[in-house]
Amino acid sequence: MAIWNEAKECMSRDQMCVLQGERLKKQVKYVYHNVEYYRKKMQNVGLEPGDINGLEDLTKLPFTTKDDLRDTYPFGLFAAPQSEIVRIHASSGTTGKATVVGYTRRDIDIWAECVARALTQCGIGKNDIVQVAYGYGLFTGGLGAHYGVENVGATVVPMSTGNTKKLITMMNDFGATGIMCTPSYLLHIAETLYETGEINNIKLKAAVCGAEPWTEKMRQQIEEKLHVNCFDIYGLSEIMGPGVACDCIEHKGLHVQEDHFLPEIVAKETLQPVPDGELGELVFTTLTKEGIPLIRYRTKDLTSIDRTPCACGRTTARIARFKGRSDDMLVLRGVNVFPSQIEAALLEMDGILPHYMIIVDRVNNLDTIEVQVEVEERFFSDEIKELEKLTKRIEGVIKTAIGLAVKVKLVEPKTLERAEGKSVHVIDKRVFD
Amino acid sequence: MFIKQVSVFLENSAGRLQSALKVLKNENINIVSLSLADTNDYGMLRMIVSDAARAKDALKAAGLSAHLTDVLAIKLPHTVGSLEHVLSEVADAGINVEYMYALSTKDENACIVIKPENAEACAKALEDKKFDFVTNEEVENF
Repeated sequence: MAIWNEAKECMSRDQMCVLQGERLKKQVKYVYHNVEYYRKKMQNVGLEPGDINGLEDLTKLPFTTKDDLRDTYPFGLFAAPQSEIVRIHASSGTTGKATVVGYTRRDIDIWAECVARALTQCGIGKNDIVQVAYGYGLFTGGLGAHYGVENVGATVVPMSTGNTKKLITMMNDFGATGIMCTPSYLLHIAETLYETGEINNIKLKAAVCGAEPWTEKMRQQIEEKLHVNCFDIYGLSEIMGPGVACDCIEHKGLHVQEDHFLPEIVAKETLQPVPDGELGELVFTTLTKEGIPLIRYRTKDLTSIDRTPCACGRTTARIARFKGRSDDMLVLRGVNVFPSQIEAALLEMDGILPHYMIIVDRVNNLDTIEVQVEVEERFFSDEIKELEKLTKRIEGVIKTAIGLAVKVKLVEPKTLERAEGKSVHVIDKRVFD
Repeated sequence: MFIKQVSVFLENSAGRLQSALKVLKNENINIVSLSLADTNDYGMLRMIVSDAARAKDALKAAGLSAHLTDVLAIKLPHTVGSLEHVLSEVADAGINVEYMYALSTKDENACIVIKPENAEACAKALEDKKFDFVTNEEVENF
């Protein structure tokens, strides 16, 4: 298969380290002079840009977390003035306040470059018709994938989400050869294709899936059902969006676009770097970002890294399929949800937090969310009508908070589990191995 | 004229109803009448019992969600159309019925338990039409 940017994707490890070192130096200097928050953060630990002379100095730099983004909401970590920012994206934060990111024109170009590399890796080129079925909007999935498909020269069909029937009709009528969407949605599409018998008409050859945790088994299941090559694409809005990393035909890890995003794996507890191959938290430092450059951003995703060359010909470092999160963030139907958002919504109802439990499951390949709420004294009514009203009301406040429809189930008082200390509020029944 | 009904919120799963009834048995409380409304997730057990206050306390002590609600119990003759007659008076007064169920009595009469939307107005409308109500004292001695 072709390689989009051989000069960057097939560099020797030494060359890559030199390039990353130079870019790191430049990026730290840029951030120090353009973001007050970072300048103070560095000054607090007695650091100046001159102290960072290459990769060996990386660990001197303080980490960045989602909290830093929240504390500086909305634009406090932007390094470029508004006049240079051409786009904003946002994802959910831990407490309801969105995490906002901004892109300069060059950032958008680099993003499209990264997605083009990923798509080339997946065998998609200018002779393909690709349906993008990620949500278009504040979520980076839709537009991020879209620009990449255009950049690679393929024909993009901006489906967005929510209309499976139309998607399948167009898949058939246009002879679509590629699709980008969440893996669970693709399995749902596959099932529909079997039900309607249209499975024999489709010309799909590659599926590029991401934006939610999934398993190698699910990937193989998609390949078998749809007779396609299925690939895992990874990204996060804080760093860029989809395309930060993507796997290749070898399926032995996701190639990180490490000339733009410097990966580190650190131990969950000590935050010290771990040797290659060992599991830890993935940390990224942007190397070429202008809009919102981030230094040592803790992704909270758990994985390991392999810096040996890949059989596909690329030498870029590969991260393993994700093994989970080091925080309690849930990815539901491609949407990031923190249990604290649901808790805040319940609390807002009338200022008293009821006992609740969030139960996540995957039924027919789609995530389901049930929120069980105890019927306390203040909620009690012996009229079903009133209880249904209460259910609808709770469903409403949660939907407003997280942007996803949930099922609320009223349960008897004192029946939900109470733990000593930090209580357990989430039961995730989905299987990811 | 109102009588006390015990309402219990129950999970719609095996054994929940029985656990509530066991509490009443252990307290030697007699169930005069009951109705059970069910939804997919939960049920609402509504009962007229020999000692409503004590039943509520015992159910609560057993960790169940029990409450007292005022309802009307109207005596009716065992004749065709007598229930329709009561409801036509309620309807004429513009009052909606939330729920209702039958109450068993020892005497000749039938009896119906009604939870109207507006209890006071409903009681007044029926009183004006000379309907007879079951009292709490009667319930205790059923």
